[in-house]
Amino acid sequence: MLKIENLYVSYSGIEAVKGISLEVPDQSIVTLIGANGAGKSTTLRTISGLVKPKSGRITYQGEEITGMEPEKIVSRGITLVPEGRRVFPDLTVLENLKIGAYLRKEKDFSEDFRWIYDLFPRLKERSWQLAGTLSGGEQQMLAVGRALMSHPKLIMMDEPSLGLAPLVVKGIFDIIKEIHKRGVTILLIEQNANMALRTADFGYVLETGKITMSGTGIDLLQDESVKAAYLGKKRQ
Amino acid sequence: MSFSTLIQHCLTGISLGGAYALIAIGYTMVYGILRLINFAHGEIFMMAGYFMIFSMASFPWPISVTITIAGTILLGVAIERAAYKPLRSAPRMSIMISAIGVSYLLQNLATYLFSALPQSYPEIPILKKIFQIGAVSASLVTFITPVLTILLVYALVMLINHSKIGMAMRAVSKDFETSALMGIKINNVISMTFVIGSFLAAVGSILYFTDRMSVTPFSGTLPGLKCFVAAVFGGIGSIPGAVVGGFVIGVCETALVALGYSTFSDAFTFVLLIVMLLFRPTGLFGEKNIDKV
Repeated sequence: MLKIENLYVSYSGIEAVKGISLEVPDQSIVTLIGANGAGKSTTLRTISGLVKPKSGRITYQGEEITGMEPEKIVSRGITLVPEGRRVFPDLTVLENLKIGAYLRKEKDFSEDFRWIYDLFPRLKERSWQLAGTLSGGEQQMLAVGRALMSHPKLIMMDEPSLGLAPLVVKGIFDIIKEIHKRGVTILLIEQNANMALRTADFGYVLETGKITMSGTGIDLLQDESVKAAYLGKKRQ
Repeated sequence: MSFSTLIQHCLTGISLGGAYALIAIGYTMVYGILRLINFAHGEIFMMAGYFMIFSMASFPWPISVTITIAGTILLGVAIERAAYKPLRSAPRMSIMISAIGVSYLLQNLATYLFSALPQSYPEIPILKKIFQIGAVSASLVTFITPVLTILLVYALVMLINHSKIGMAMRAVSKDFETSALMGIKINNVISMTFVIGSFLAAVGSILYFTDRMSVTPFSGTLPGLKCFVAAVFGGIGSIPGAVVGGFVIGVCETALVALGYSTFSDAFTFVLLIVMLLFRPTGLFGEKNIDKV
């Protein structure tokens, strides 16, 4: 569905992504794990059009989308839930959801609201509240709900569990599986490698801008070097 | 001072304040979206004055008003495209300096094209019609200005709070990047801001100059600065703030003139700016921060 070939990205002279290639098959959950500064966020930001790559190709459903403007990418069905939630603090919860559907032509979103309020009952209670007044977990729910409003075929999530309480994290991962069941493909970035690999069909390990390892979620979970580096378990 | 003179001065003050409010909104909206003080805004207002002079030379007033508004909007958007858009990712200071440059460019361009001599502002006959209520008499423009201001502000607030483009403007003013991820075309939203700001400046210009009767290339400087102060006074970024600020400055200025202190009426505006910055830097309705990290 999404294919990245030999992607190079640099920010103001610093090369953040150095020739990565990866593939996200239709209907799958793929995860990118790696330490801070490994180039995970940069990869997602490049796919979504916020950052222009130096070289390489990104193709989506057979069409090259490298370097397209963000709104073109969104209109093709790729959406990014950005790192740190980034809800609009002085828009209401309802407005935040509506703005997620900005590119959709129809006027009636009641079906979508029903589904999203079903997934996140807390948002329904708070739909008239300003998003800035929500807790971190609720803001994350809102950010995911807002992304779903664009009817994505591929949803990319940048550290959805960052800074959340363990119970809330579990909730977020349940939601990810729930969204996946509805036929949405997922590309997930996580620091919480354990949870991410358990959830994902396939994983890539990113180190200083390069992919150093890849495999199914289960394989990577059992790999000794992954265990040592990302799962906090000692090498035997 | 007799009662009717007092009413007379109040009317003048409120009317001047209305024109200031319309211009101040332009400053506050551009600041809200780009975090830029658009120093060229006063010159846009001045150019609107010249547009009216030249279109009235060959067209009846309804067409001239339309041409003036369209021309001003075009000028505002063109300035944004040419002088601010290329600097979108530059430090904020650079874009501010660019704005100051545009301001001087327009002043000098106007001097070169139209000479520095005051050109008399054409009269729109209806606006100049004198009304007499008891001992108070004023031209129609004095009554129309505050009413029109309130109507336009109401329409603007409705647009911002209840339309799709308004929602996009509020989103973009908080976060460019996330707005882009929603599929909002940032540049279109910014252009829209300049369209609205320039439109209001054009309307303000027509109302203001109809009262003043002449335009020079420097006619925009002082009103521009005063309206900037009005926007800061009300809390820059806030539309109701700019409106209140505009009316406060208009009324106070007129009051000082009426009391015989006309020498100090301009100085007062800037004293107000200093006092406000010292004691309440965010202005009357300054942005309240509610974001949680």
